[in-house]
Amino acid sequence: MTPRDPGRTGAAEAEPLAAGQEGEAIKAIPLRHPWRNLAAVILVLMLAVFIIDAAQREDYGWADVGKYIFDKRISAAALVTLQLTVYAMVIAIVLGLVLAIMRLSPNPVLKSIAWLYIWIFRGTPVYVQLVFWGIMALIYPVITIGIPFTTPWISIPNGVFTNLFITAVIGLGLNEASYMSEIVRAGLLAVDRGQEEASRALAMSWGQTMRYVVVPQAMRVIIPPTGNEIISMLKTTSLVAAIPLSIDLYGVSRGISAVTFTPVPLLIVASLWYLLFTSILMVGQYFIEKRFSRGSGQRRAAKPSSFAGVGTTAAVTEAPTGNEPGGKG
Amino acid sequence: MSDQPMVLADRVSKSFGTNRVLRSISLKVDPGEVLCIVGPSGSGKSTFLRCINHLDRVDAGRLSVEGQLVGYREKAGKLYELKPKEAAYQRRDIGMVFQRFNLFPHLTALENIILAPMKVKGTSKADASAKALELMDRVGLADKANEYPAHLSGGQQQRVAIARALAMEPKLMLFDEPTSALDPELVGEVLDVMKELARSGMTMIVVTHEMGFAREVANSLVFMDGGVVVESGNPREVLTNPQHERTKAFLSKVL
Ligand SMILES: Nc1ncnc2c1ncn2[C@@H]1O[C@H](COP(=O)(O)OP(=O)(O)OP(=O)(O)O)[C@@H](O)[C@H]1O
Ligand SMILES: [Mg+2]
Repeated sequence: MTPRDPGRTGAAEAEPLAAGQEGEAIKAIPLRHPWRNLAAVILVLMLAVFIIDAAQREDYGWADVGKYIFDKRISAAALVTLQLTVYAMVIAIVLGLVLAIMRLSPNPVLKSIAWLYIWIFRGTPVYVQLVFWGIMALIYPVITIGIPFTTPWISIPNGVFTNLFITAVIGLGLNEASYMSEIVRAGLLAVDRGQEEASRALAMSWGQTMRYVVVPQAMRVIIPPTGNEIISMLKTTSLVAAIPLSIDLYGVSRGISAVTFTPVPLLIVASLWYLLFTSILMVGQYFIEKRFSRGSGQRRAAKPSSFAGVGTTAAVTEAPTGNEPGGKG
Repeated sequence: MSDQPMVLADRVSKSFGTNRVLRSISLKVDPGEVLCIVGPSGSGKSTFLRCINHLDRVDAGRLSVEGQLVGYREKAGKLYELKPKEAAYQRRDIGMVFQRFNLFPHLTALENIILAPMKVKGTSKADASAKALELMDRVGLADKANEYPAHLSGGQQQRVAIARALAMEPKLMLFDEPTSALDPELVGEVLDVMKELARSGMTMIVVTHEMGFAREVANSLVFMDGGVVVESGNPREVLTNPQHERTKAFLSKVL
């Protein structure tokens, strides 16, 4: 371009663009991706072969799948699975909130107890925990109320842990609470400290500050992983066989197949029901996430996170808080 | 009543661990007065404001607002710490405006303003909203009631924050560097609102680097450095004729 650069004369001689004249449109040949295309073709072919083969294979028992998919026993069991999920998650969310607040409290005793709880329940397999809860009625046959090591005032047979459904709910809920508490804690910590300060300066109490200011903002961070936890819980309920409870979706499918000697079709039936529920949950999660990104996420609202429920946390936490200085709005 | 000072600090001290942030601060603010506090970063200005509001507690000395000890009750020569509820009650009469606005991002401008009157004072939504719209008009944002903070400029956000504090009908307003986070062209609109507020007779304590504002609006000016009040007096006198070396050094940097 410069006169001292004789090799670039071509550029230097180029006519300056006339006003209003547009640059020439780019008509480049797009880059090809032959390996990508080949891989896609191979995968599609493999899938097709698998489906055609599966449709013909005796073991899948497609006729039985059709027969049992709407069986009364199966749909009743599906309801039990839903109930286990809902009750266990309610326990987990409430207890998780309590544990999270305990961990954030300045009281070292409360903090340590919450930490110990989380350490134990996250550090052991849920299957093992469920077996433990199952034999709880044998360890504590009676529940007594009174002063320790003296004659109890009241002694009642342990009815809680002889009811296997309640045992399962408690076992699943207590385990899940340890995970939920970490999720809630992360959510509470993600809210800017200035928010709490502004709320207190407006004479709002701690409870009001939590309820109207901190928790609603923490929700944006808490909800996506909680959705994942619910979906995960729905599947984890199949482990209640460890208690042993066998009235849930998986337990009943196994029960039927033990009689009919057709395990595969019943596994497929159970899987389809699980898939139905998880799909519904994913759609629900998508809409709830959209609802809670109100206000802060407005500028990004045009591109809500996908309802696959994966990797949405980052997108949500990065959303602007609306408190950045300097009129960026 | 009216001869009682709005804020009275008597040898107030405050430490964070071994860091002595406030060292024996004494000052008085009368009703209707505007006090500006200036000083270098880390000199304890924000901490002092937060103590007035009992967001931080003082370690020594006496700090009172309208004759009431902040955060404590004195009975038979002994001090009792206030319960959180009682401390919150004291804050009802004190509004605070922050450097970073701290609007609630999940609520619209109007919802930001009506939240505390509704939840703390039990005002009905209709009354609170009517009052809030009045205040939004007063800060020049009548048309922004239903905007979320993220959609407002910094200057607009800060004016909403001022309206939010005023909605509690405070007797004292604390401003902690209200214009420091703003782009230069947005500073004026916030200062204008504050000037109007001062003219209306509001008692104000303003931490600021806006010397023009201090000169024009303040009744008195305090220069703080290293947790002590180095110099105080009439703003015009302190700004044009500082007595202490540290004041001179600071002013030569900011003016
Ligand atoms: N919560 C806290 N814990 C520990 N130290 C603190 C805390 N808050 C403030 N400090 C310290 O107290 C000192 C004074 O802080 P303060 O925020 O009051 O200064 P400032 O005058 O407002 O400064 P700036 O102009 O930067 O806002 C600083 O050294 C700061 O590090
Ligand atoms: Mg400060």
